Parts: sequence; structure tokens; C-alpha cells
Amino acid sequence: MTVESTAPRKPRRSAGSKAGSTGAEATDATGTQRTTRTTAKKTTAKKATPAKRAAGAGKATGAAQTAGPELVQLLTPEGERVKNAEYDGYVADITPEELRGLYRDMVLTRRFDAEATSLQRQGELGLWASLLGQEAAQIGSGRATREDDYVFPTYREHGVAWCRGVDPTNLLGMFRGVNNGGWDPNGNNFHLYTIVIGSQTLHATGYAMGVAKDGADSAVIAYFGDGASSQGDVAESFTFSAVYNAPVVFFCQNNQWAISEPTEKQTRVPLYQRAQGYGFPGVRVDGNDVLACLAVTKWALERARNGEGPTLVEAYTYRMGAHTTSDDPTRYRGDEERQSWEAKDPILRLRRHLESSNHADEGFFAELEAESEALGRRVREAVRAMPDPDHFAIFENVYADGHALVDEERAQFAAYQASFADVEGV
Amino acid sequence: MAVETVTFKNMALAKAINESLRRALETDPKVVIMGEDVGKLGGVFRVTDGLQKDFGESRVIDTPLAESGIVGTAIGLALRGYRPVVEIQFDGFVFPAYDQIVTQLAKMHARSLGKVKLPVVVRIPYGGGIGAVEHHSESPEALFAHVAGLKIVSPSNASDAYWMMQQAIQSDDPVIFFEPKRRYWDKAEVSTEAIPGPLHKARVVREGTDLTLVAYGPMVKLCQEVADAAAEEGRSLEVLDLRSVSPLDFDSIQASVEKTRRLVVVHEAPVFFGSGAEIAARITERCFYHLEAPVLRVGGYHAPYPPARLEEEYLPGLDRVLDAVDRSLAY
Repeated sequence: MTVESTAPRKPRRSAGSKAGSTGAEATDATGTQRTTRTTAKKTTAKKATPAKRAAGAGKATGAAQTAGPELVQLLTPEGERVKNAEYDGYVADITPEELRGLYRDMVLTRRFDAEATSLQRQGELGLWASLLGQEAAQIGSGRATREDDYVFPTYREHGVAWCRGVDPTNLLGMFRGVNNGGWDPNGNNFHLYTIVIGSQTLHATGYAMGVAKDGADSAVIAYFGDGASSQGDVAESFTFSAVYNAPVVFFCQNNQWAISEPTEKQTRVPLYQRAQGYGFPGVRVDGNDVLACLAVTKWALERARNGEGPTLVEAYTYRMGAHTTSDDPTRYRGDEERQSWEAKDPILRLRRHLESSNHADEGFFAELEAESEALGRRVREAVRAMPDPDHFAIFENVYADGHALVDEERAQFAAYQASFADVEGV
Repeated sequence: MAVETVTFKNMALAKAINESLRRALETDPKVVIMGEDVGKLGGVFRVTDGLQKDFGESRVIDTPLAESGIVGTAIGLALRGYRPVVEIQFDGFVFPAYDQIVTQLAKMHARSLGKVKLPVVVRIPYGGGIGAVEHHSESPEALFAHVAGLKIVSPSNASDAYWMMQQAIQSDDPVIFFEPKRRYWDKAEVSTEAIPGPLHKARVVREGTDLTLVAYGPMVKLCQEVADAAAEEGRSLEVLDLRSVSPLDFDSIQASVEKTRRLVVVHEAPVFFGSGAEIAARITERCFYHLEAPVLRVGGYHAPYPPARLEEEYLPGLDRVLDAVDRSLAY
């Protein structure tokens, strides 16, 4: 379901608005105030009266956790395509080939992720943050972006990186410890992984402010998680993007766990409802439904392109694995929960759909299996061949225009290293 | 765009920064000014006075009251190709943005292996001596100088303020620009004709033979007064205006100390772990056989910045610096 923005926009009726009568009322109460969807730039939340905002917010809060807000869903866990009047239009033209493409993306991403986990276990990587279970959220949203859009990831967006054309082996440098990022963000409009939680949402907002200044119709998408939603930077990015009507989509993967802390430790309201208080729409989507994630993200990106400002998308999903390879989830959560989410697996449900619709045959799955194994091998070989950086890399790129102290310390380091050469150098 | 050359006979330091920002806005369409109250009001110190009126709200941006948001969005704008100059209203209010400055702004160039540049200037009016309330009189420069990836500068006079701001904006590295707020109204001649010298080079503002006083920002004027007073007692002090805290021009300090053989460092910031500590350590290393006395430091105490009625006791003043000069010369 959606929570209405206080910004002027086309009234929407969510198919999922059955979720709690108070929630539905909130939608109606604010929705009827606006009869036209505006595409004009510079429309901001300022036009809504404080009274209306307060009323809307109050009702939205009333619909909180207990009502169990429904998700935008286009594919059931059984792979059945369900209709959704609001979002069907965004995937109406999708071809069987594109559906197979989404499936391929998810399978290859999962395979890459599994290979990275193995590489960590074998000592080839220092750490790995697995995306297992979040493939649909990442592939669906990633495939919704256009080439000129810009992505600001956390450190777990391996599937989005894949969609942006970033070579997966590039993602592994920082986890192996040979660099702290290293790829060219402008090469694929995919910013460096950000480890400090939530910081990138402000970078995305500033970048989006720049896009608007340039008069471009690109959009920006910022990824973050349920834990990050508690960060002040995320709150500030909501404020800035709303005030400046910045073309940014906040894509929150609520994977239920911030390391050991469940979402209840982060929020008293469903996260998508946070948007209401800032004056832009929030939507909760089934994060394990690649089609729904694609459709909802396309809708949100389109809003951004049309000058309608920011959107919050909460992709409701589950971190099937540990937080990272250093984590031990058995200390804080039970198997039952994982099992219940396994039944909603994002890859399985699209496979069921492809099979029942006769969109893919055995040959397709077999070929993909072979491609997947080849990818695993390629990643493994690339990682094992990754050389340790030159010692002097410590001093490289500290500054763009140089710095006297860095030069001095580099020279001292060189002299120190050279002193060993004297001893050894016969 | 060609800029007309002018000489302002008597320009206040704050106005010199204003002129410099104006010139940057005129010559580079990518320059944007951001901060709290920088638009219509012209900033609480009027440093951005009239800029929004002349360049519009999309170039001179009044931001929400959130410092991390200001610096974080400035980073995003820089990634998009802009050159943001952001104002933090007062020294003590920079800390909500400290995370963005330290973990993001300072490191992103290196993390990208040099692929992205972060030409962001963070302006911070700093220091005491204006009788302000808590959090409005601090000198946090050492907290930034400790962070690789940042450059830290502080002008002491109007001419430097004008030119150092030009150079900071043109720098492809993030620059924290500490403005000596108690000197905002001090006037000097400012010529827009030619850059006086490199941004990170110290300048001898008074030559002397008996002892070197090193300072930057608001303390340069004090050190010149100290040198005047010492001259009456027949002592010849050299005064060095560092202008830049990171990088720090140790070569110029060394050259001066090899001549005078004595060094006193003066800053408003607390002495403990302050920039004076770094200067003392490195100059001791470089000039060990030249020094006739240990390097002495004069600065704030290891206590919270005191209420305004006590700040004259807390801040280095003429007598405290002279006392340090006497102690150094007594060795």
C-alpha cells in the first residue's frame, strides 16, 4: 500500500489499501484533496496546509505495525501473476525474454555471492557481506534504472552493481583488502560502496540537487537498510530532498535485521510511512518479488524525472544469510523465521512463473546453470590473481593537488625500505 | 570571464571574503554557496551579503538547519561537478558534520583511486574574543588537521582572505577554511590584481633575529603587537604567519628558527594536542642543534571554552605571549 504524499500529485488507490481501515481512510482523506497529477517542476510540499499534514500523519501512524500493511505484489510466492491496477502499467510490456533476463540476473548474482562467501571461508577475502535473499529487491530496482541515472549503494548492493554493468570482480577488491573501493563511480554511474551507515543518502540527495540544477531528467537512487533508517543522515536526506524537490528515490531494503537487531528496535511505524512526515510518498513493496520491485521503482524514478520529487520505497525482504561472514545469526534468531522466508524465495517464484507460463524451457535453465558455474570460476580466478597493492599505494591519491607532508612521509618510507635493500642487496 | 582589477584601499576581512565569493560566482558557473541563513540575511556575519540577490537562489542556497546534511549534500553536488562553498555558522556547530567531513569528504578521492575529486570548501568562522555564548568561540582546527585528505587554512588579514578563498575554491581537494571571526572587521588594502603566493606557504610578516613567533588566523595580529612591545625592550622578534595548518610549511619555520634559534607557537586552540605540539615536535627534530631553548607554546587550556567574562584569561594575550618569550630567552 502507499501512503499519500502531501505534495501535489495524482490521487492513487492502492490495491492493497485493505490493510487497516485507518490506513485506507488516510489515503482517501488526503487523496481527495488533489485531483490532478502535476508534472510541473518546483512543486513542493509547501502547498499542503499544516493541518492536512498533521491529520494525514496521525492516521498513518494509527495504521502502524499491528495492521500489517500489505505489500505491492505482482508475483505470489507460488509464481502466480496477480493484477495491480496501479503498477501493472510499469511492467505491461515486459517480454518473456526480459523475464528470463531478470531470472538470469538473480541466478548469476546469487552464484557470484555464493562464490564470494566461499572465497572468504577459504581466506581469499577478509570479509563478505552476502545479499542472499535480497536478489529480487536489487535486480528489480537496478533494472528499473536508466543508463544516465546514478546509484548510491551501501556495501551489499552486488545485484544492483551487476545491473549497472560493474564487473563483479571489481566489488571484491575492498573485501580482499587490496583497495578501499577502487572502481570509477562515473564509469557506470554507480558510486563506491559506503560503509558508514546512511551517509550515502545525503550524497545521493546532493547529486540529485545537481541533476535538477543541470535541468537533466536523470534520476538518482539511494540504497539503504532498515538499520540505516535510524541514522540522522537518512532523516536529513529526507528533509533536504523534500525541501529542494530533488529527483531521488530512497530504496530501503528492509531485510528485517540490522546485524542482530530486528526492525522493531529501529522503528514503531512501518518504514515506508516515514515518508509521510517529510511530505513525499512512501510505498512498501514485496522485496522478494522482482516484478513488483521493478514496477514500483520505475514508478518512483518516473516521478523523479517528472519533477515530482523524492519517493521512499521500502522493499520488504529478508537477509537469508549472516550480516557478514563475521556474524553468527544463530545467537539472535531462529531457523523457523528463515524457513518461512525460504518459502518466499525470489528466484524460486520467478522460476515457477516462467515454467507455468511456458516462458522458459529446460534448455534455458541448463544453459544458465553452465553460465553460472563459469561465472563462479571466473570470479575465483580473478580474486586469486588479484595482486597485493604496491607498498607506495599508501601515499597515492590522498590528495588531488598533492600535500607536502604526504610527499615527505613517502620519501621517508622509501628511504626506510631502501635501507633493507642495502643489507640484503649483495 | 575577464575580471576587472581593482584595489580596495580599506577593506574589512569579512568583506574581502564576500568579494572573493562574488568573483568565484561570476567566473565559475559551477560554484554554489550553501549554508544556514546565507541567502537573504547574508549570513550571521554578513559574509555572503547580497550574493543571493545577485546570483539567485539556485547559486546561493539557504539550507535546512542540519550541518551533516549541508556537507553531505555538498559532497553529492561535488560528485555531480559542482564546486560547493558551504558555511558552517559557528565553529562549535561543525560537529554534526564532522562524520561527513572525516569519513566521506576526506577519503572519497583516495577510495576511488583518484577517479573522483571533491572540490568542497567548508567555511568556518572560528575563535573567541567576541564575548559570545558557549559553542561560538572555539578553535577546532587540530581536530581536522589530524585527518588526511583535508587541507586546512586560515587567513589573518583581508588580502589573504580574498586570495586564499580564491585558491581554496580552485583547489580540487576539500579545504576547511577557518575565518578568524574577531578579525572580520579589521581593514586592509586588497588588490584583486595578482595572487600574492601559493596557498600553503607561510609568510614572514615581520623580520627579527632573537626569536620566532609562529601564528595563524586571529593570533597573527597579536604576535605583531607582541613584537612591537618586545622591540621597546630591545628584542627583535620575527613573526611568521603560517596561513595554512595542513599542509604546514615547516621549511619556512625551519629557516626562521635556524636564524633566531628560538621558537614560540601561539594559537587560541588548546595547547594539548594542538598544532603547536606538532610544530614543536617537528622543529625539534629538524633544528635540534640550532635550538637554544625548547619550543614553547601559548594557547588555550585543557578546559571547555570558558564563559565570555573569562575568555580574556583563557585566550593568549599580549602578556602571556611576552611571558613565553621571556622564558624562551632565559634559556
